[in-house]
Amino acid sequence: MSKRIDVSDLNVYYGDFRAVEDVNITLDAKSVTAFIGPSGCGKSTFLRTLNRMHEVIPGARVEGKVLLDGDNLYGDGVDPVQVRSQIGMVFQRPNPFPTMSIRDNVLAGVKLNSRRISRSDADDLVEGSLRGANLWNEVKDRLEKPGSGLSGGQQQRLCIARAIAVAPDVILMDEPCSALDPISTLAIEDLINELKDEYTVVIVTHNMQQAARVSDKTAFFNIAGTGKPGKLIEFAETATIFNNPSEKSTEDYVSGRFG
Amino acid sequence: MFSGAALGAGALIVAVLFAVALFLVVQALPTFGAPAADITGGRGFFSYIFPIVIGTLIAATIALLIATPVGVAVALFTSHYAPRKLARGLGYVVDLLAAIPSVVYGAWGASYLASQLKGPYQWLADNLGWIPLFGGPASGTGKTILTAGIVLAVMVLPIIASLTREIFLQAPMLHQEAALALGATRWEMIRMAVLPFARGGIISAVMLGLGRALGETMAVALVLSSGPLIASLIRSGNQTIAAEIALDFPEAFGLRMHELIAAGLVLFLITLAVNMVARWIINRHSEFSGAN
Repeated sequence: MSKRIDVSDLNVYYGDFRAVEDVNITLDAKSVTAFIGPSGCGKSTFLRTLNRMHEVIPGARVEGKVLLDGDNLYGDGVDPVQVRSQIGMVFQRPNPFPTMSIRDNVLAGVKLNSRRISRSDADDLVEGSLRGANLWNEVKDRLEKPGSGLSGGQQQRLCIARAIAVAPDVILMDEPCSALDPISTLAIEDLINELKDEYTVVIVTHNMQQAARVSDKTAFFNIAGTGKPGKLIEFAETATIFNNPSEKSTEDYVSGRFG
Repeated sequence: MFSGAALGAGALIVAVLFAVALFLVVQALPTFGAPAADITGGRGFFSYIFPIVIGTLIAATIALLIATPVGVAVALFTSHYAPRKLARGLGYVVDLLAAIPSVVYGAWGASYLASQLKGPYQWLADNLGWIPLFGGPASGTGKTILTAGIVLAVMVLPIIASLTREIFLQAPMLHQEAALALGATRWEMIRMAVLPFARGGIISAVMLGLGRALGETMAVALVLSSGPLIASLIRSGNQTIAAEIALDFPEAFGLRMHELIAAGLVLFLITLAVNMVARWIINRHSEFSGAN
């Protein structure tokens, strides 16, 4: 399953401070969208509003609409827990649960809400998810070992396996490769290319080559100065953003003149 | 310079511990050599010490059975549920509770709590009297081992609550966010990412609480009208080592003093054993502790 996301007039506030201003964007199903921009421009903050993870931060709130195939995530009576089980997230630093085995990590999300799952279904799901994250061959002989014993890149793929095990519609990735070496990064990028066959993928990255390599469309966020809100400057096909952007600041950023 | 000071401090701790242990053993020795008839009770040291060891363990067990779940719940509420302002206020109150001297708790237990518990004890004796633990007749003063255990629980509670709260606050945000992003409710997130992380810390906090419960003197001495070992928790009777030492030591001389010191040695060994068991429990799952 894969759904598209329509965002209209979205503002994000931390208390009185407006962090992100008036974002309107459409993220297509079965495609990879990259968010790029200088540090502090609100791209990670905006990403977190797509599955209501910003609510973890005290004082953070949102005005505007986020529609997942037409259903408003911020509608009355919408449970953030429900939203997050439909829209998975992969974080900057790999964060498998240290007290769980590799197998239990993959099943962590599935066992929530005291859902029961038979042993053989669980085995199939573990194998399917780990294969989906290109990790099966490396860990199939040590599924009962702790997830924290894997390398950083393997841990990040374990986190992706954990995210796809709950069969979400969308996968959000917040700089998933920034803590990884180039080879692990390549493995994740290959994986992103495969994931878009089944999921809507949104990735925040500081690495412009990475955005160019993995994404179909790219959104450039910028900030006018410290204390000002972040804004979506330009959103277009990735090739257009990198070769022929319509905004001067986009061109300056992608050509490395600032940021 | 600094390493020297650190080494000195470390060596001092070991030396003090060793000196205390040595003192206890040397002073206790005459007891073990004495003829059985000369020991209090007239039937040897073991029959003297056994009932008060059990009494000590009963009081401490009651205290922990009550204080552990309540303390952990209070800690979780202040760390993960309460709004920040309320949490801070509650945190102060809990820390203040830990600062109240034990004699005050003892006075409160003896003069107020005990008389309040007379009714419930009577009810227990009437309705659950067939269970040996609640065998009647219920105490007319309420000064029973159960009351002592409850007072100890109140004393131990702030220790457990404030220590586990600190542990809960340190639970890594990274893993809490991972759980939430999978669609966990707050309680599921706590079970996935906070409690497993805090396991060792909770056990350590409970052990510190147990240390206080085992060694507590004043509160038990004031609250409990002691007597021989009995199974019923709601009758007068039972005694703990610490209260026995506190009550009898001022008038003890000769063999009786050595006896009480031997009782202290036994208490020391119990605490040591409890700590070793706790350490063993914490280390048993070290592979999954996240330390690697």
